Amino acid sequence: MATTQTAQRYVGGGVLRKEDPELLTGQARYIDDLTVPGMLWMHVVRSPYAHARIVSVDTSAAAAMPGVIEVWSGEDLASEWQGSLPCAWPVTEDIRMPTHWPVARDEVRHVGEAVAVVIAETRAQAKDAAEAVSVQYEELPVVVDAEEALREGAPLVHADLGTNECYTWTLSAGEVEEVFRTAPVVVKERYYHPRLIPNAIEPRGALAVPVPAQGEFTLYSATQIPHILKTALTAFTMANMPESKLRVIAPDVGGGFGSKLNVYAEEAIVLAAARRTGRPVKWVEERHENYLSTIQGRDVYQDVELAATEDGTLLGVRAHLVADMGAYLQLVTPGIPLLGAFLYHGVYTPKAYDFRCTGVFTNKPPTDAYRGAGRPEATFAIERAMDALARRVGKDPAEIRRMNFMPPFTEPTDVISGLKYDSGDYAKQLDRALELVGYEQLRKEQAERRSRGDVKQLGIGLSTYIEMCGLAPSQVLSALRYAAGGWDAATIRCLPTGKVVVVTGTSPHGQGHVTTWSQIVADELGVPVEDVEVLHGDTAVSPLGMDTYGSRSLAVGGVALHYAAEKIIAKARRIAAHELEVAEDDLEYETGRFSVRGAPDRARTIPEIAFSAWTAHNLPPDTEPGLEATHVHDPGNFTFPSGAHVCVVEVDTETGAVEIVRYVAVDDCGNVINPMIVEGQVHGGITQGIAEALFEEGRYDEHGNLLTGGMTDYLVPAAADVPSYELERTVTPSSSNPLGVKGIGEAGTIAAPPAAINAVVDALAHLGVTDVPKPATPEKVWRAIQRARGGAA
Amino acid sequence: MTHVAVTVNGVLREADVEPRTLLVYFLREVLGLTGTNVGCDTSTCGACTVLLDGESVKSCTLLAAQADGREVTTIEGLARDGELHPLQEAFHRNHGLQCGYCTPGMIMAALSYLRENPRPTEAEVREALQGNLCRCTGYQNIVRSILDAAQQMSGAQV
Repeated sequence: MATTQTAQRYVGGGVLRKEDPELLTGQARYIDDLTVPGMLWMHVVRSPYAHARIVSVDTSAAAAMPGVIEVWSGEDLASEWQGSLPCAWPVTEDIRMPTHWPVARDEVRHVGEAVAVVIAETRAQAKDAAEAVSVQYEELPVVVDAEEALREGAPLVHADLGTNECYTWTLSAGEVEEVFRTAPVVVKERYYHPRLIPNAIEPRGALAVPVPAQGEFTLYSATQIPHILKTALTAFTMANMPESKLRVIAPDVGGGFGSKLNVYAEEAIVLAAARRTGRPVKWVEERHENYLSTIQGRDVYQDVELAATEDGTLLGVRAHLVADMGAYLQLVTPGIPLLGAFLYHGVYTPKAYDFRCTGVFTNKPPTDAYRGAGRPEATFAIERAMDALARRVGKDPAEIRRMNFMPPFTEPTDVISGLKYDSGDYAKQLDRALELVGYEQLRKEQAERRSRGDVKQLGIGLSTYIEMCGLAPSQVLSALRYAAGGWDAATIRCLPTGKVVVVTGTSPHGQGHVTTWSQIVADELGVPVEDVEVLHGDTAVSPLGMDTYGSRSLAVGGVALHYAAEKIIAKARRIAAHELEVAEDDLEYETGRFSVRGAPDRARTIPEIAFSAWTAHNLPPDTEPGLEATHVHDPGNFTFPSGAHVCVVEVDTETGAVEIVRYVAVDDCGNVINPMIVEGQVHGGITQGIAEALFEEGRYDEHGNLLTGGMTDYLVPAAADVPSYELERTVTPSSSNPLGVKGIGEAGTIAAPPAAINAVVDALAHLGVTDVPKPATPEKVWRAIQRARGGAA
Repeated sequence: MTHVAVTVNGVLREADVEPRTLLVYFLREVLGLTGTNVGCDTSTCGACTVLLDGESVKSCTLLAAQADGREVTTIEGLARDGELHPLQEAFHRNHGLQCGYCTPGMIMAALSYLRENPRPTEAEVREALQGNLCRCTGYQNIVRSILDAAQQMSGAQV
């Protein structure tokens, strides 16, 4: 493991966020805050039908409206594209990849698909004129549910593909058939993960600014992925737009959660509109559009089986999925289930493993990455099924987990699905969580309430989760047929005045990279944290990067920064040795200062060396002027954050109402740079996980209309809907990188849903309830109780 | 066009606007005060919360004309002479924000609430924030920030 001699002054400490002042005072610049001279507005006309043939698009009335510059149908814009919107993850060789134009040309396949665009002088004029665009449709049969879509004779979303099956992907290890045939105990479970709407509070938006005489474009977008966007748009979608002529800038971005990890139709359309009009063109999504045209999450059926001995020792795991792709494949739609495919055995050690996922087209908006992406589904499956196994063999949920945990380890360790977990101590996490929550006492109270027959029953739910982060070793991505690499890049530039500029390839949108990256560099180079400036999110400033998603930024981009600092220190050592006229080996380095061994007063600091490297008056032979280094880091392994969450609920057995009374989380994300930021990530993650378990569900009618079409119908939790969480951490440094870090962005969202549902089921177990579907609304809980009591539900 | 005259952050601002202009777009696009954000268009998320005559309102649900002759305070009007308001300080100190998009609305809603109830409990703060959604923080540090600010501000003129 590479190390540098650095006193940790900032890493691990509570440095307040450097990002905050502008965000607290209204000086932030989100996409809708940007205005440029001559700017036009775009409004998108969207399909009201989930499946229809476009008979005609009449733009004449709209074109005559005040302020309108252009109105285009999909056919009108056809020459702008070299191909479909990109899908970068064709997971199998025989995957079916439908054509996906930014604006539909012949057929629409989900409500909200773009059919025409209006360009006008003002936001209001564009919107007014959009209502005057007349589109004639011929309705086609609709299929809404993924399992229905696989049935013989189901309406076809893409007639030319001849089937709604997009792909089937499998992974198997061990003697699966034998294990399940001979196992004394087999538990079979079935789970459905409802559609989730990501709901970043900032809607999406894009602004394209052309320099017509040069054929150059700057695209500002509320995106998590400026680098990938630049390459993907020019490589796959935009006709005749060289990558070198496009600059992408992610300004301040108001949350993403995966929903801004994409290449969207509107990003391509504003570019096309700017090219055609020669003027800047801006589009900002309205919330109801966000519910129709931004990707959604989950929508997966799972059949899960565990094979075990009579005492509950886990022998085999089998998980078969049907995953709804929606109508089209967005950037990584097909790959989302694969991000969980290796984790269905969790932190346990079965000897047989079988995973299969069938991706299916339906007439709904595309699914794609939503916080956790594949890993919440995997964790829910194994953690709920472990509770089912505990019930079957008559063991406590804590005991069934403890007896099946992988033993503690600190070096890469093979697991059945083919991964190498980096480090972990799963029993320690669980023990600590149970201690914090007072498990024994809660079980006693639960027994008392049961014996009294209280209306409000107590439930305790466990979730001992693991996730796969640090995406990703490029060769592994290649083996999984992902189209790009998983590296990231960092540059450190020591300015002659002693200040330091860091350029990162990650693209933060709330995660606090500016602060965290400053802490890392300040410690490594021995400069004050406020002397470090972090630049990001602009492909002209930060040309190399793979952006921010999948809890990857610290474990890949932060580690790249560490290696860049090592290069800076190595060069500075050469210069210091030359100036001090000693051998490099005679220098000691600590907190930014090289001193001569035995003569500590003879020294040079990094800022001093930065100045001499800039003047270049007296450099060692063959040394380039300047003190700057770039490192591109391709991780050798994933990282595997883990933890134990305990959710305690009170369930009203008369009304079905669920209240979370305690929530304890013991997480292990390896070494921690900024504890305050880590806790903030966990708070937010748990809340999104609880929302998935108890509140949120994107529901569609049989015609493919979204019934929960806005924030008034889709329950994004407010402050009073969730409790305060009690957090602790264990630290098992990752063996995958020299910082020992693992990632924390998604942990809460992955851990919380099974903890919450296990708690609800546990509260009602004595009534015979074994399952409550997500989200466990009062109605669903009440029905589960009635069913268990044998009544009509 | 409708003529509106609104005192915004202590300064009288006048303009002729389309009658349908919403207060939030008057602030953002006519006056250039982009600190107030738009999140949902349906007065659910509260990102657009400002003070109208000292009380919190959702500026995406009011017409600019309805603010004619009245006083509006936005997030840009909170810091005085380069000193952050105690609520802004408390949000910074307690990591009460991540992406920052809901933050101006949260702070304005909290300011209005603390004038009504200067010493709230945690449960009261959570109830008071019913009209303001945040997707990043899980609310825990927002609540902590507001309770912290309430302590700092107690005794002082809110």
